[in-house]
Amino acid sequence: MTDLLTLIVAKYNYWLYVILMMIGLYAMIAKNNLIKKLVGMNIFQTAIILFYVSIGYKRDATIPIIQNAHGGNDTHAAVIHAVDYINPLPHVLMLTAIVVSVATFGVAMALAVRVYQRYQTLEEDELRMRLVDIGPEK
Amino acid sequence: MKFLGFIIVCLTGALLLYGTGEFPGWGDPHSPASIHLSNDYIEKAVEQTQVPNLVTAVLADYRGFDTMFETAVVFCAGLACFLLLRDFKEKKERFYRHTPTGVILHVKDSKKVLKTGKEFEHMDKDWVPSDLIIKTICRILIPFIQIYALYVVAHGDFSPGGGFQGGVIFGSSLILLAISYDLKVLVKRVKEKILGIFAAIGVLIYVGIAAICMPMGGNFLDYSKLAPLVPGDPHHIRALGMLGVEIGVGIAVTAVMVIIYINIVSEGRHEEGL
Repeated sequence: MTDLLTLIVAKYNYWLYVILMMIGLYAMIAKNNLIKKLVGMNIFQTAIILFYVSIGYKRDATIPIIQNAHGGNDTHAAVIHAVDYINPLPHVLMLTAIVVSVATFGVAMALAVRVYQRYQTLEEDELRMRLVDIGPEK
Repeated sequence: MKFLGFIIVCLTGALLLYGTGEFPGWGDPHSPASIHLSNDYIEKAVEQTQVPNLVTAVLADYRGFDTMFETAVVFCAGLACFLLLRDFKEKKERFYRHTPTGVILHVKDSKKVLKTGKEFEHMDKDWVPSDLIIKTICRILIPFIQIYALYVVAHGDFSPGGGFQGGVIFGSSLILLAISYDLKVLVKRVKEKILGIFAAIGVLIYVGIAAICMPMGGNFLDYSKLAPLVPGDPHHIRALGMLGVEIGVGIAVTAVMVIIYINIVSEGRHEEGL
């Protein structure tokens, strides 16, 4: 038991993301309402974004904006140590991932609106029933 | 189904938690993610690109292709929302309000169109008068939000910010206008056609800046070859190229945000909504 506790305390950030991801995945699989599925998808994406950003973190380091580099050409004199700045790459990747998540969410909402316009419901079981009733569009 | 889903989720979670045992500790400076490429970026980016904000430098220069297609993805999302939802059919029933007296007219014949102007006002079916406090505060706030958005885009090279963030802030200021007043107020001020054109112009600015580098003798997205076109210190040409690209991204993201919002809240009719 103490072994497990020390493991959790040492890697608690990963445990948090995995739990968040499980919540999102459960919502995507088990929820009946399409909008709730979308919310689950967003929680899932948030977990992955947090996971990446935490990978980029370094102890005793600051944000990846070089200090005193605004002045122009005399900046080459100052030596930049990689230990002083956190990893910029996960931030870049997640910036694009956030934009993709907004885009996918927008398209998914548009599809949900279309589904509601046609079938007057967003519940999955009712949708399935109505699909059987109406049949494929001729 | 719920129980099966729960079991699947638990299995996935257990597998992932088992995997974390091999992961580096929290904030370890010697973790695999931060010993290879990232050190190169941190130590050489300012020298190579003159941009102190490393996130912008990596986003717009080292990984320029990625960001270009990212902007294309955003554009496609706006296009998809437009194509899925836009409905050009006129609604049959219309509601008008006589502004001086507050009398509401319900016009059932779609051919009879009242001229809106000083006397009559086109209104939503379930219209509630906007709160004066909300309207006034939003009217004061919106210009400042927009200035802030422009600042975030313009200073993306030197401080936290960039085209995506600034574009989203600018787009949300326009959405705030629609929420606090009425969707019609926004659609009247920002025409749908203009939004579509701006979304395309944003992507075009990015691709254009990247493509101009080719006749100048460089590769696609090689900003350093733009130096003869821009007066001033040729040393900063990469930073300027990135700024131009970020402006393009900002324009595209602003337009697409508003397109998505308008189409979703009004189910594509652009008449009434939130």
